[in-house]
Amino acid sequence: MRTKFLPLLILASVASLHAAEETNDHPIHEHILRNGLKVVVKEDHRAPVVISQVWYKVGSADESSGATGVSHVLEHMMFKGTECVPAGQFSAIIARQGGRENAFTSRDYTGYYQLLEKSRLPIAFRLEADRMRNLELKEEAFRKELDVVKEERRMRTDDNPRALAYEQLYATAFNNAPYHHPVIGWMEDLDHLELDDLKTWYRQWYAPNNATLVVVGDVDPEEVFRMADAAFGGVEPEPVPRGKPRLEPPQRGERRAVVRAPARLPYLVMGYRTPVLGTTAEGWEPYALQVLSGVLDGGRSSRFASQLIRDEQVAASAGADYSLYGRYDGLFVLNGVPAQGRSVAELEQALDSQIEQVRREPIGEEELARVKAQVIAGEIFGLDSIGSQANLIGAAETVGLGWESLDEYVERIQAITPEQVREVAQRYLEKEGKVVVQVEPLPLAPMALTSDEARS
Amino acid sequence: MSPSVRWMRLLSGILTVALAGTAVAAPKIQHWVADNGLRVYFISTPELPILDINVAIDAGSARDGELPGLARLTAAILDEGAAGLDADAIARQFENVGAEFSASIDRDMASLSLRTLSDPRYLDPALDTFEAVLTRPDFPERDFDRLKNQLVVAIRNSEQEPGKVASKAFYQALYGDHPFATPPIGTRESVARISRDDVRDFYRQYYVTGNAQLAMVGDIDRAQAQAVAARIDRELAKGKAAAPLPPVKPLTESTTVTIPFPSEQVHVLIGQPGIRRGDPDYFPLYVGNHVLGGSGFTSRLVKEVRENRGLSYSVYSYFLPNKVSGPFQLGLQTRVDQAGAAEALARQTLEDFIVEGPTEKELADSKKNITGGFPMSIDSNADLVGYIATIGFYGLPLDYMDTLTDKVNAVTREDVLSAFKRRLDVENMVTVIVGGEAASPE
Repeated sequence: MRTKFLPLLILASVASLHAAEETNDHPIHEHILRNGLKVVVKEDHRAPVVISQVWYKVGSADESSGATGVSHVLEHMMFKGTECVPAGQFSAIIARQGGRENAFTSRDYTGYYQLLEKSRLPIAFRLEADRMRNLELKEEAFRKELDVVKEERRMRTDDNPRALAYEQLYATAFNNAPYHHPVIGWMEDLDHLELDDLKTWYRQWYAPNNATLVVVGDVDPEEVFRMADAAFGGVEPEPVPRGKPRLEPPQRGERRAVVRAPARLPYLVMGYRTPVLGTTAEGWEPYALQVLSGVLDGGRSSRFASQLIRDEQVAASAGADYSLYGRYDGLFVLNGVPAQGRSVAELEQALDSQIEQVRREPIGEEELARVKAQVIAGEIFGLDSIGSQANLIGAAETVGLGWESLDEYVERIQAITPEQVREVAQRYLEKEGKVVVQVEPLPLAPMALTSDEARS
Repeated sequence: MSPSVRWMRLLSGILTVALAGTAVAAPKIQHWVADNGLRVYFISTPELPILDINVAIDAGSARDGELPGLARLTAAILDEGAAGLDADAIARQFENVGAEFSASIDRDMASLSLRTLSDPRYLDPALDTFEAVLTRPDFPERDFDRLKNQLVVAIRNSEQEPGKVASKAFYQALYGDHPFATPPIGTRESVARISRDDVRDFYRQYYVTGNAQLAMVGDIDRAQAQAVAARIDRELAKGKAAAPLPPVKPLTESTTVTIPFPSEQVHVLIGQPGIRRGDPDYFPLYVGNHVLGGSGFTSRLVKEVRENRGLSYSVYSYFLPNKVSGPFQLGLQTRVDQAGAAEALARQTLEDFIVEGPTEKELADSKKNITGGFPMSIDSNADLVGYIATIGFYGLPLDYMDTLTDKVNAVTREDVLSAFKRRLDVENMVTVIVGGEAASPE
């Protein structure tokens, strides 16, 4: 044997030392403009670059039945021009500045970002301030972009059996809660989306008081605040609608769904409803769930890799997913593909017994130490990318936790005990709350190849 | 008038003046060859307490010979057992100290990557394990059989995704009997034929000092870097670089491959063999393609196919420079009944571009994007290690990053026109169509 197992104490103390140094070296600064826009800046002086992101607190979770997908279609329309910046010019200006830009929509938020050489930051600010309130939503552009979004849905979801299974998982797990429908929207809703729906959505949600501006890079925070004030200061706020809560009724037993789609491989995905940092009654629970997902699927030493894939050989792949940053209760998800010659039923049984095990016995100290080591290292690895630093800040802010919650992350994970991991497994991963979706492959056409001469 | 309108006027004023972009000096690459022939590329970045290591070996799927999947199985089995440790022990040794290990291949190379904290207490165990996996693999029998089964599952997975089906057919049609023709993932039939001895022999032939290079970026100094390199150089078997691959034959006719597939969309790929790394036409083709289909929202293909017509979510073109001529590839996917229209429009856009080239404005804008964006392509350790691994593997000049801006700026409209005319031949293109019924496209 070669290297001995590293004592946790040393690892913990040294890594927290690094984390402490890191936060002192790169403190986060915030400033709220008079119109309610919150500006959060983190310095990273390693390279003369900056990322600027505008996060709006609106996503598919705010949509109602019949109008699903409107947040994402609006995200596409944000590139279609304002009074002063005609269609396509936003991207053209950023491109000429050497910038990279794009946007994203999720259940909880919609975000826009530009990655630029640091001196060009004001340009991004002015363009974003302009399209925050001055978007020209035109019928013809909307029709074309709606077609583009439908192609996106066909590509990402309709032709992808696993994406269909995930869509079905959330639709089955949440009857009434905001995560019931997919971010990209049901195709049947996209067919009936109107320009007026977008206009209303835009007016309601795209306002400085419903947004966070996140900047990470080689910048001076005070100067960024001044620039933000100059660019965004004059943008009028807007009262943000507060809808009624859409609470999930209790689940009274296991739910199952089947997705039959052209495929070669079966697929299994299971979910259990779990709290997030913003909804938990017990502050430590989400951290314990995070540790649990690490024990099951954190790298190649995890239980799934070691036991299900390598030892029992019941899975060709298997994973566990949990995120503690969300606006509402989410799902602790397990997924997998059966190994050659093994059935979906066998895989499900194997996943069930993995869950049984974490409900029955506390995890080992060594496993726990390893998950913590991965968390600490991952935290430091994340500092290599200004994009991922900005993403964390933006998500934490937008789901209502504040960037301060990021500073606690390592410490809170460090404090989790084996008993707490067992406790959350018992509380949340229980039979009555299980939701299962499986892909049943329909035959694909035989792979006939036909070659013909060139068409003139 | 709203305030933002005023700013925009001001802004357009600013934008007409060329911004004096800050010149970004690329970091210095330190390069040396270790005693037994291992090539080393190193950049010291002390700002973050991490280290990235990449070992690239000329052992990609182009070396598969009669056994597609062999390179992939070889790279995959290394961390299943090494120096007497089993897969569990190896995984734990990496992850106990928070290190991330991965192995992957493409047609050109096998890549082993390690990301670790640089504090010696974590760095040393991570490096020990990395070095064992790279230089002393055990090829355990039981894990070998399992990996073969997992590979078959991966192959079947690639058969259910129309995009992957299209890509596989595209390479077959482009490369014929060249080693680039076969899928790196292998085929069901070939994987069944691969034995543990094949994998061991492949490792012994290619995983040798003269056929490998080491790239390192992170929080270590030159002396530490030299120690790491010396150790890998000493432990890895001594050997020579692999023989050059055969050249790629140009296509002599246009072919269309149609594959019926029960999907909502048709995937269309159009292309032909393109350029090698280090090709003299690289810069004019790269800059020109940036205008045609390489710059996302501002590219001609996106404007024509997506913005003006709403036919496709993703439409792109690229030249992939490999050790030998990698593909020029244009791709899109669209609803089945629009396939003919989308394909015709994309083809027309390509043909027009070959005839007319970019406008002066398009060319200037693309140059601004490429050169102005350069600081963002070297702003992280992850980017840098990828960059220097590429420079080393393809034998590009060590000052490649320093001269890039000048080389891009030197490209003229005539250079682009001439390069596209000489290197792309619309009379000899492969078209792959996957999806819909077996109907022939209009």
